Amino acid sequence: MRILKLIFRNLSRHKLRSGLTVLGISIAVLFFGILRTVVDAWYSGVEASANNRLITRHAVSFIIPLPYSYKEQIARISEVTGVTFASWFQGVYIDQNQFFTRLAVEADTYFDGYPEFLVDKEQLETFKRERNACIIGEKIARDYNLKIGDIMPIEGDIFPGKYEFTVRGIYKPRDERTDATQMLFHWKYIDERLQQEEPSRAGNVGWYVVTIADPSKAAQASESIDALSANSRAETKTETEAAFQQSFVSMSGAIITAMNFVSFVIIGVILLVLANTMVMTARERMREYAVLKTLGFTAGHLAGLIAGESLCISFLGGLVGIGLAFPAVSAIAALIPSGWFPIFDLKPMTLVSSSVSALVVGILAAVFPIWRATSIRIVDGLRQIG
Amino acid sequence: MPSSEENVAESTNNVIIEVKNVTKSYRRESIEIPVLSDITLEVAAGEFLALMGPSGSGKTTLLNLIAGIDRPDSGDVLVNKTNITSLGESALAKWRARNVGFVFQFYNLLPVLTAFENVELPLLLTNLSKKEKREHVEAALQLVGLGDRMKHFPKQLSGGQEQRVAIARAIVTDPTLLVADEPTGDLDKVSAGEIMTLLERLNKEFKKTIVMVTHDPRATEKAHKVMHLDKGELNV
Repeated sequence: MRILKLIFRNLSRHKLRSGLTVLGISIAVLFFGILRTVVDAWYSGVEASANNRLITRHAVSFIIPLPYSYKEQIARISEVTGVTFASWFQGVYIDQNQFFTRLAVEADTYFDGYPEFLVDKEQLETFKRERNACIIGEKIARDYNLKIGDIMPIEGDIFPGKYEFTVRGIYKPRDERTDATQMLFHWKYIDERLQQEEPSRAGNVGWYVVTIADPSKAAQASESIDALSANSRAETKTETEAAFQQSFVSMSGAIITAMNFVSFVIIGVILLVLANTMVMTARERMREYAVLKTLGFTAGHLAGLIAGESLCISFLGGLVGIGLAFPAVSAIAALIPSGWFPIFDLKPMTLVSSSVSALVVGILAAVFPIWRATSIRIVDGLRQIG
Repeated sequence: MPSSEENVAESTNNVIIEVKNVTKSYRRESIEIPVLSDITLEVAAGEFLALMGPSGSGKTTLLNLIAGIDRPDSGDVLVNKTNITSLGESALAKWRARNVGFVFQFYNLLPVLTAFENVELPLLLTNLSKKEKREHVEAALQLVGLGDRMKHFPKQLSGGQEQRVAIARAIVTDPTLLVADEPTGDLDKVSAGEIMTLLERLNKEFKKTIVMVTHDPRATEKAHKVMHLDKGELNV
């Protein structure tokens, strides 16, 4: 207990220095947590992917549509248990800054393919019946204060024209990994309009969502699906949903790499801040360490004292940083448009990695001072002026 | 009750410190500076030995060798029949904790600990219970006359009081040997006198063997024997 007391008393010797070091570490841990949260948000789509879902898109690019007629052919493949499809609609709701996923989907089957979107049975049936109905995610309903029966006017861009959708359902996410920021409406509603206004674009879908019974047969099923369109005008590329999502993440590869790099640079900065404090501290106390050695304290005792102090500072800094990260991440989540990062929260793994980083830094920062304090000869230490 | 001279006479056969043909030199950059050359010395149990000499004569080096905080280049140092030059670092640390009490010129108290806590420090390495530790610390502080200053921090004490706390810390484990390096060097005349009286009392009443380095001729008045070191050689 006395040793702990000595550690705590030593911490309070230079209150300003200890305080600034704790503050420096806490700010670094805060930014580390925020950056990891942003990186995690990027990967949230990959993490939320179901292992029994395949995505079939155009072999050249997912922005090139596929014929609607592929649906029946895909459904006939033995491994396949369900097929639905979606088209990226985009459009403008209120203004250009209000970004969230807006998809034209096959109303009768889409929610069978996405069981993680929990929607009331009655609401779903109403949605299926009404051609201009839409179902929106719980988060979108909350953010835009929308309720059943409200009208959502959308100005089309990829599909030009003015559209008005009636909210007929609000889906809840099955778990925290599920995206609750989507707006889903009838593909047929859009396609009928295309048939009238741009017939050459009608009869196409963005991508197919294929459900298979056995995830271990994903490769086999993908091959079979792609074989259907081999050498055709619209060849397909089928991959797991995770791989499909990963391809989106890869488009931002440089940014993510930069953020990963910066987050680890931050750890390096914490290490330097704390190491600097500990080196100064140890240098000032070299004479005291020599006295303790004289009294019979061993290298292990000194290592405990120095590492204990370093760990206390890093622990306090980590604690404050993590404590600040919660409101900071919530504030950022409130500031950014819902659709940018459907899942934007501090993950337990981020908290663990922040804590572990702070503690590892605490230990590393103590290594050099411990080496100095334990290796210096007592007689030399006694001559040091603190 | 026998006098201190009689005590020493009785114990001359009971040699507690044996320094045998000790040589020590220091290296500064590429230059080797000899400090002690072939020193041989015996100190009897209960003796109060004062080591004098000009600066750089090697007296503190000899004291450090006897106390086991430095090692000779050659020769042996035996304390209580233990050849401390052959002990490893960890064993030597344990040996110091059990056998030696240190008094430094500049007290070397930890500023963040109270007088009580400073004196308690060496006891943290023992298996004594909390109650026993408290009793030992209180007894040591009472002995040096600071029973009413236990909760004071070093900066709240005078130089003489700090040195008395340092002496309490040195004796709290009841060591065989007390080594004091210029214990009055940083004190005024009155405080220095009090410290020397205290050391004399520890020697006479508590039979502590004391080896003291000093520049101060007045401090040697309490010693049984005064040895002079000059240019690494010892003269009685």
